[in-house]
Amino acid sequence: MNYWDREKELMPREELEKLQLRRLKETVNRVYTFVPSYRAKMDELGVKPQDINCLADLKYLPFLTKKDFRDNYPFGLLAVPMRDVVRIQSSSGTTGKPTVALYTKNDIDNWAEMIARAMTSAGATRDSVIQVTWGYGLFTGGLGGHYGAEKLGAAVLPASGGNTKRQVTLMHDYGVTMLGCTPSYALVIYEELMKLGMDRSEFKLKSGIFGAEPWSENMRKEIESKWEIDAYDIYGMTELVGPGVAVDCAYKNGLHLAEDHFIAEIIDPDTGEVLPEGSHGELVITSLTKEAYPVIRYRTRDLTRINREQCDCGRTHARIEKILGRSDDMLIIRGVNVFPSMVESILLQIPGIEPVYQLIVERRNNLDRLEVQVEVSENVFSDEVKRLEELEGTITRELNSGLGIAVKVRLVEPSSIERSEGKAKRIIDKRNI
Amino acid sequence: MAKQISIFLENKAGRLAHVTRVLGDAGINIRALSIADTSDFGILRVIVNDPDKAYRILREAEFTVSETEVIAVQVPDSPGGLASILEQMSEENLNIEYLYAFIGSSGSDALVIFKVEDIEKARDSFKERGIKFLEEQDLYRL
Repeated sequence: MNYWDREKELMPREELEKLQLRRLKETVNRVYTFVPSYRAKMDELGVKPQDINCLADLKYLPFLTKKDFRDNYPFGLLAVPMRDVVRIQSSSGTTGKPTVALYTKNDIDNWAEMIARAMTSAGATRDSVIQVTWGYGLFTGGLGGHYGAEKLGAAVLPASGGNTKRQVTLMHDYGVTMLGCTPSYALVIYEELMKLGMDRSEFKLKSGIFGAEPWSENMRKEIESKWEIDAYDIYGMTELVGPGVAVDCAYKNGLHLAEDHFIAEIIDPDTGEVLPEGSHGELVITSLTKEAYPVIRYRTRDLTRINREQCDCGRTHARIEKILGRSDDMLIIRGVNVFPSMVESILLQIPGIEPVYQLIVERRNNLDRLEVQVEVSENVFSDEVKRLEELEGTITRELNSGLGIAVKVRLVEPSSIERSEGKAKRIIDKRNI
Repeated sequence: MAKQISIFLENKAGRLAHVTRVLGDAGINIRALSIADTSDFGILRVIVNDPDKAYRILREAEFTVSETEVIAVQVPDSPGGLASILEQMSEENLNIEYLYAFIGSSGSDALVIFKVEDIEKARDSFKERGIKFLEEQDLYRL
C-alpha cells in the first residue's frame, strides 16, 4: 500500500482528533477576529471562540451556506489581507454571483498536498503520466489536479477539457497511466478510442480519478470493465477548496476525508441537528487549515454517511459514502451546477415568456444532456413558424450563456408540463445515478 | 377577410387527433387546414364555420391558440389561375407569409387562403385589380 503522507494518513485517531481540535480553535479564533460576518453570526448565537473546547462543541457554531458566499461576494469572507492572496478560482455557474475561492500560498500548497495524496491513494506514483482533463481556468478541477500531480512528481499532461480525439491521441502518444476527468467523460474518451479503431493494448492507462459530478457504483463498474482500469472517486467543491477533500482508496469502500484539513459532520437537513454516528444526512464541512477563505460548518447539501472505523488500507481518516443525493434541487450537468431557480430567472428576462418550464436530464452516449421545456403561452405564440423558431433561438442563447452549458430548448403545449397540487414538477432526472 | 384559428401542437403522437376530436365534439366543421411543422413542434391552421366558438373551446381544452386575419381569395379554377394572382401580388409588392387551399369552392372559382404581411394593403390592391375575395360571413357559410 502506498501512502503520500504516512504520518498524517495513518495518524492514530486520538492524536488526529487532538490535531483537529487545535486547528479548529485556531480557525474559529481567526474568523471571529478577522471576518465581520462570521463574528456577527457567532455573536447572534451568543457563542465565543473560547466556548469551543472539544470537537463536539462544533455544533454550537453557526452554519455557512451558499447564500453566505453570494452575500459576501467577492471578498466578504476573506480572513487575510488581499496581498496574501495568490490565486482566485470560482464556480462555473455564470448566473448571479459565482462562488469564489481565494487561496494564500499555504492554501495552494495544502491543496496540492491533498491532491497528491488522493492521486497516490488512486495508485499514482512519481513514475505516472497523468492526463488532467478537467477544465483549466476558473474551475478548480484543472489547476487543482495539475498542482497535485506536480507535487507528486508525476509528469502532468495539462490537456484540459474537450477535443476528445486529441485526448485519445495524447493518451496514446505520451503513455498516460492515470486520467483525471469527470466519470462520464472517461466513457466518452473510451467510445472515441473505439470509433478510431484503436486497440486498448496500445494504451498504458492503469487508473482514473474521477469527480466533479455524481456517479454510481454501476458507472464505476462500467468504466472499469470497458477501460480495464481502476476507477477512483474524488470529492470536493469550490466552497471547500476544490477537488481533493475526500478520495477512494484501493478498497473503494468509502472516500477518505482529509481529516487533518477538514472536519465532517452529518446533520438533519430539515432541523440542522447533528445526527448520531452512522446516520444518513447532509454533509457539513469545517476547514482546519484554510487561511484565505476558511469555512465553518459549510452545508454542502450533499447527502451521505460517515464511517469512522479504520479501513483495511490502514488509513485512520473517516470515510464518507459515495454521494448520490442532494438535499436541495441542484443538478450537476457535465460538472456544472444548475439550479432550477437559475433557469427561471433567465426565462423571466425574456419578454412574454412565463416561467412554466421543466428540466429533463438524460445521459446519452455517456454525456449528460439538459433539455429545457418551455410552455408556449398565448403571449408568445404565433401562427408563423419563423417567429417560434426565433423564440426558441433566443431562449437557447440566453440559457446557454446564463448557465454556462449547452441546453436543448423545446417548446411545449401548456398541458404537457405535469402539475401536482398546482405546482409544476420542475425536474425529471432520467440518469439513474 | 377571415379569421383563421392557429393552434400550437407538439410533435407528439395523438395531438392532431386530439385537437380535431375536440373541435368535432363541439360541432365545429373544419373548412380548410394546413400544418407547418419543425422537428419539435407544429402549427395547425384552420378555417372553421364558427371561429369564435372554436377559439373558446380550444382554450378551454388547454391549447395555445390565436386568431389570425387571412384573406380567402377566389382563384379561377383553370390552368394559370393561381399564377396570375401571384404575379399581380408580386407587382404590388405584397409579401405572402403562407397560403393553402380551401376544401370546396365558390361557384366556378377555387379558394385559396392567404396570410399576407399587410392585409389592408392587400385588400385595397385586390379591389383595385378586381381580384375577388370572400367576406367573412360568406366564407363560413360555404
